[in-house]
Amino acid sequence: MSNTATAKKKNGFLAGTANYVDERVGVAGVLKEFGRKIFPDHWSFMLGEVALYSFLVLLLSGTFLTFFFQPSMTDVIYNGVYAPLKGAHMSIAYASSLDISFEVRGGLLMRQVHHWSALLFVAAAGLHMLRVFFTGAFRKPRELNWVVGFVLFVLGMAAGFTGYSLPDDLLSGNGLRIIDGMIKGVPFIGTWISSLLFGGEFPGHSIVGRLYSLHIMLVPALILVFLAIHLVMLVLHKHTHYSAAGRKDSNIVGYPLMPVYVAKAGGFFFIVFGVIMLIASFFTINPIWNYGGYDPSPVSAGTQPDWYIGWLDGALRLAPSHLEFMAGNVTVSMNILLPLIISLVFLALVALYPFFENWVTGDKREHHVLDRPRNAPVRTAIGAAGVTFYAVLWAGASTDLIATNFKMSLNQVLLTMQVSLIILPIVAFVVTKRICLALQRKDQEIALHGRESGRIVRLPHGEYIEVHEAANEYDLFKLVDYKDYQPTLARPNAQGKITIRARMRAAASSFYFKDSVSPTTQTAIEANAHHAHEIEEQVQKAIENQK
Amino acid sequence: MSEQSKEVAKSSHTSGAEHVYDGGLNVVHQDAVKDPGIEPHRVRMTDKSKKHEKAAVRQVVLLFTLSMLGSAFALYAYFAFPLSADLITVRNNTLFLGVGITLGLLGIGIGAVHWAKTLMPDNEVAEDRHPIRSSEDKRAAAIEIINLANQESGFSRRKLIRRTLYGALALFPLPGIIIFADLGPNPGDKLRHTAWKPGTRLTQDPFGTPIKASELTEGSVFHVIPEGLNPDQEDYLEQKSKAAVLLVRVDPQILKESPEKKDWSYQGIVAYSKICTHVGCPVALYEQVTHHLLCPCHQSTFDLVDGCKVIFGPASRPLPQLPIYVDEQGYLRAQSDFLEPVGPSFWDRSVKA
Repeated sequence: MSNTATAKKKNGFLAGTANYVDERVGVAGVLKEFGRKIFPDHWSFMLGEVALYSFLVLLLSGTFLTFFFQPSMTDVIYNGVYAPLKGAHMSIAYASSLDISFEVRGGLLMRQVHHWSALLFVAAAGLHMLRVFFTGAFRKPRELNWVVGFVLFVLGMAAGFTGYSLPDDLLSGNGLRIIDGMIKGVPFIGTWISSLLFGGEFPGHSIVGRLYSLHIMLVPALILVFLAIHLVMLVLHKHTHYSAAGRKDSNIVGYPLMPVYVAKAGGFFFIVFGVIMLIASFFTINPIWNYGGYDPSPVSAGTQPDWYIGWLDGALRLAPSHLEFMAGNVTVSMNILLPLIISLVFLALVALYPFFENWVTGDKREHHVLDRPRNAPVRTAIGAAGVTFYAVLWAGASTDLIATNFKMSLNQVLLTMQVSLIILPIVAFVVTKRICLALQRKDQEIALHGRESGRIVRLPHGEYIEVHEAANEYDLFKLVDYKDYQPTLARPNAQGKITIRARMRAAASSFYFKDSVSPTTQTAIEANAHHAHEIEEQVQKAIENQK
Repeated sequence: MSEQSKEVAKSSHTSGAEHVYDGGLNVVHQDAVKDPGIEPHRVRMTDKSKKHEKAAVRQVVLLFTLSMLGSAFALYAYFAFPLSADLITVRNNTLFLGVGITLGLLGIGIGAVHWAKTLMPDNEVAEDRHPIRSSEDKRAAAIEIINLANQESGFSRRKLIRRTLYGALALFPLPGIIIFADLGPNPGDKLRHTAWKPGTRLTQDPFGTPIKASELTEGSVFHVIPEGLNPDQEDYLEQKSKAAVLLVRVDPQILKESPEKKDWSYQGIVAYSKICTHVGCPVALYEQVTHHLLCPCHQSTFDLVDGCKVIFGPASRPLPQLPIYVDEQGYLRAQSDFLEPVGPSFWDRSVKA
């Protein structure tokens, strides 16, 4: 008793508090376990952090907005300070959005913080996904976490879209109109679903309230749950690290959580928040007062959805004319179904890719050292093809703006996009794969012959050579540290039969690895070092002779 | 994948591991370049010079102080830049409040990161990873627990209990789904009818002024709603999103009309639904020279003089035409409702109710 008391006095308030907390929740054990956990450092690991932090900013700014926003579609006559709309019929939702913008101090700022951070959230999550894909971070044991991350990305888009529609302005109303049209195009259940969603005919008086429930409760709750799973798995697996000397699949190299990572990551939250705040202070986003309340009749040319919905809108635009047909007396709107199916298949391929690659390589080991993209040429090329496909769809959402800004024919722009959607991913695949292989060969050359030093020496017999400097052992290791996969043949199983599965896997493995460049071995480097040594001797001799 | 390389992969695995994983198509080279180990720590200026260390401390303190000033300025700005009917006040309030908060945030953020990067140790540490797979003991214990639970409950043994439980679990969510049915009514035939009735006058959107045929010069366009549709009625937007019409007058000579629609127009005046047959955006852009109607959402283009057939874009069906006539006073009136559902396609649009 007296011992504790003196200890408390000796160490003051902080130690006392720590003692109090530990005796009640046993926090010291947690700190012992996690306090010095190692986190690797790399700028690309911050992309996921940006997504996480912008989500926190969304929660903070969104909560502020809920105190002022009224999700009602009841018709009112506007009588606020914004003169151009005075006396206009509009929904309470739109009127309260105007009031937040013009009559609440900091209201417009928070609206803009919320919108900008939403755009940043989806962007950062997308880039984070690309980082994970191109470095092979989705490999065992992280396949499930890839799927969780994928769900988070889709939830992010859902959160964005439900929020976008809330102010009930002309632009977001048209967005809902498009959704309604797409739903109606679904055979057999479309009209029912539309009626259930809108509470009757479009636009009805229910949709904003319903989207509000989804936007502020269900979707963020799901995001929080999946985020928790995502982060728990991150701790469980420990972070990956980039290939370099000393980094192995069996260790983790970086800085301890306390104090370095707490300071860096904690500080980074404030930086992300600060940058969003800076953008929101200076740059208008979604000036709803310019559009007016929703009215099904007018629309302005050049309207664009928020960026992350662009690829879906583009998919709708790129569908060729006259795809709709009749099956008996049932109308089949392939002009809507085809883009929907293509988008869903694309998403499914993204979600399932890790399992496919694992089937091809058959590598059941845990992977914690990241691949440099060049060292997995076919994966990188597939990624590039996917990005290109997405990018063409995305650009497809702006065919009208491209045509008007560059003074081109709208028809030609669209036709180009339609062709590009098929051709460009193939081009991207081939070009990327070749670039990767070329970079691998360049690495091989540096490993074997060293870097060009720029030093030109004339040998006694008149020959000019450029002296190459051998890479130091740390740089060298980065160039040669990757896994070497070789294609397999279709082998008969125990019954002596070559199954279709085996044939498919053989074909896939050949597709992936037939051109692969094996990492340079010690033997090859030593053989070359001998040759380099001979040249070096000649050079030295030449220099001495000159003296 | 040859058996031999499989052997190589297996043998190369760290000895002592409880479980050896298959390396698949991975070939492990025995003469791979040796890992030289973590690169030696490079000393920073703040590690070797007291002067630089002190400077870094000052910078961090400055940044945190800047943050305090920023937050204080934000508080000041909240009161110093109130809002009024003058919209410039909205800009000032947003801008100055925002800049203050930005400084408050960035000061902390950049300060903390600078502190970590210059003053906290930056030598990298390595830590072992443990296989994610549980140890064989733990796995055996887990299996034992499952088996014990199975024995004690009789889950595998008592088939009838198990199967009825599956049945119950399959059915219990159904009421939870069906209670959502009242979210909306049966769509019924509402999609097939609009506010247009025989004799309804065509009026201008949004003020409801009736239109005389003589008011339309060649090439002019009117955005039209049915007479009597007014913003005070409960279903104004629902009705308008079906009934919106575009009225155009063109040279009657160039109008290609099918025999059964011969008398749907009046001296070159045609009325078409404004709701796109693709996904329902208003087809609001009329190109006078080419007589094309363009939907700004997805660029479906309709040829006005040829029955509004689709000539470009993702739409498939022509815009429905509203049959019109002119009464004794010269006002334009609808002969009837649209003869087919307007707007986006739905699966049973051609099924006669």
